[in-house]
Amino acid sequence: MAERILMKGNEAIAEAAIRAGCRHYFGYPITPQTEIAAYMAKKMPKIGGVFLQAESEIASINMVYGASAAGMRVMTSSSSPGISLKAEGLSYIAGSDVPALVVNVQRGGPGLGGIQPSQSDYFQATKGGGHGDYRMIVLAPASVQEMASLTIKGFDLADKYCMTAMILADGTIGQMMEPITFEDETPTVYDKPWALTGTECKRPHNIINSLYLKPDELEAKNFERYEKYKQVEENEPMWEEYMMEDAELCVVAFGIAARVAKNAVVTARNEGIKVGLIRPITLWPFPTAPIAAAADRVKAFVSVELNMGQMVEDIRLASQCKKPVTLCNRTGGMIPSPDELLASIRKAEKGVF
Amino acid sequence: MEPKRLTLFAGHYGSGKTNIAVNYAIRLSKEGKRVCIADLDIVNPYFRTKDSEAELERHGIRLVSPQYANTNVDLPALPAESYRLVQDRSTYGIMDIGGDDRGAYALGRFADAIKEENDYCMAFVANRYRPLTRTPEDALGIMREIEAACGLSFTCIVNNSNLGKETTADTVLSSLPYIAELCRLSGLPLWMHTAEASVAEQLTELPVMPLTLQKKYFDLP
Repeated sequence: MAERILMKGNEAIAEAAIRAGCRHYFGYPITPQTEIAAYMAKKMPKIGGVFLQAESEIASINMVYGASAAGMRVMTSSSSPGISLKAEGLSYIAGSDVPALVVNVQRGGPGLGGIQPSQSDYFQATKGGGHGDYRMIVLAPASVQEMASLTIKGFDLADKYCMTAMILADGTIGQMMEPITFEDETPTVYDKPWALTGTECKRPHNIINSLYLKPDELEAKNFERYEKYKQVEENEPMWEEYMMEDAELCVVAFGIAARVAKNAVVTARNEGIKVGLIRPITLWPFPTAPIAAAADRVKAFVSVELNMGQMVEDIRLASQCKKPVTLCNRTGGMIPSPDELLASIRKAEKGVF
Repeated sequence: MEPKRLTLFAGHYGSGKTNIAVNYAIRLSKEGKRVCIADLDIVNPYFRTKDSEAELERHGIRLVSPQYANTNVDLPALPAESYRLVQDRSTYGIMDIGGDDRGAYALGRFADAIKEENDYCMAFVANRYRPLTRTPEDALGIMREIEAACGLSFTCIVNNSNLGKETTADTVLSSLPYIAELCRLSGLPLWMHTAEASVAEQLTELPVMPLTLQKKYFDLP
């Protein structure tokens, strides 16, 4: 096994991307994800890759679009306000069916908000953010090791389905340090016959575009794209279950909130409360199956979020509103403490919603 | 080693400078010295000296930190009070410098005064388990970049090789050849090893400063 090293979450994303075969990074600095760009700036020149700090977020996402159209494994990273600026490009990339890896290390919003950690871009990531009918695969790491493994997974999913995979992290996981291991794996290489690589007069030329002159052609393309999304929903949901076997209450939390939740679940168990945790790892596709199964067994769900409860409606949809969903949340850069969550769990245990 | 009037901790991002600076300040204060610690980190948004404010206060240690540290504003401005450390020679001053050359630029403005007084120790904090300082040569490269950025030369090395919560005595022992080579390449003496208190206890053969680390809300059960 490869040796353990101590990494920041942001650095783990950058190193994992390089190991996944990414040789093109385009970005613009913003706290709290700047270490990704800093790491790329140091490493890319040494390995024949491209690090480019663009003049803006809008420029950088369009560079991603271009490099991806040319068949390259490519990424960009930013934090909340920067992702809003990239929204137009994300929509164009979706409309052109090219792969991309986009990292959002979230900070507080809306507006300029603040630099402290947040999960308030859940809607933007899972329901769109750019215009038009489209989806992105959204991966939510809860440890530095997952920052690395989900980055590699994200590149593979993006190439497999020719769509954007987004790493939706938060400032704390971006900044915290943990020991991790990189396994020596050769990156998977996907055939990209659609890429703009030069015809050498040997094949018809490829076109990558999101403009369709005829409405019926655009409609057909949208229907076709949603067939692809259906495949993703069927094949790719990922989640972790923790102490759910006999649970009568179900905490649902992702990312940093799931770490707080694990502490609270352990303490509540010691008090004799039968509570478990479902941690969505993919936020889109949302892990509907385990939530639906839990809805038949538990009394209630408690959603723990660093936002105003954006995941609550997905839990209600997945559980078909069979059981109440309560919320334990902080915003603005604050993080719920295990004690705050414990209070919510005790209330839900007593049937107070 | 008799403590110098000023002690500066610099090094690569995430090498452990802040934890060491805070623990060293507390050690000096327990020896009965008047201590002032300055957070000169202009790059790191979270996990700063200011996180230990209450603990420092309890030990009577004065903390000088940027006005906007731990707020929602990303404004890397240093307070005028930072000059207190170089000007007030009746107090032991400890400076926590930001990571890499980018973090060390902020130190440049104090360099002339520090050199003039000439009673300082500038420690390079090394962790061989960090990905960009895996070899002594890589660490030396970062050392030289920091020196060029701040206009001061390192005087010694602190070995803080660790793997976070997975650190064992063996983690530290395995780093000894690396640190010896870094000392040889740089021509600098090793000041001390540092390790979390329970690990330090097991390293009886080495000069180790035990560290008390803050418990964090996101530590896993």
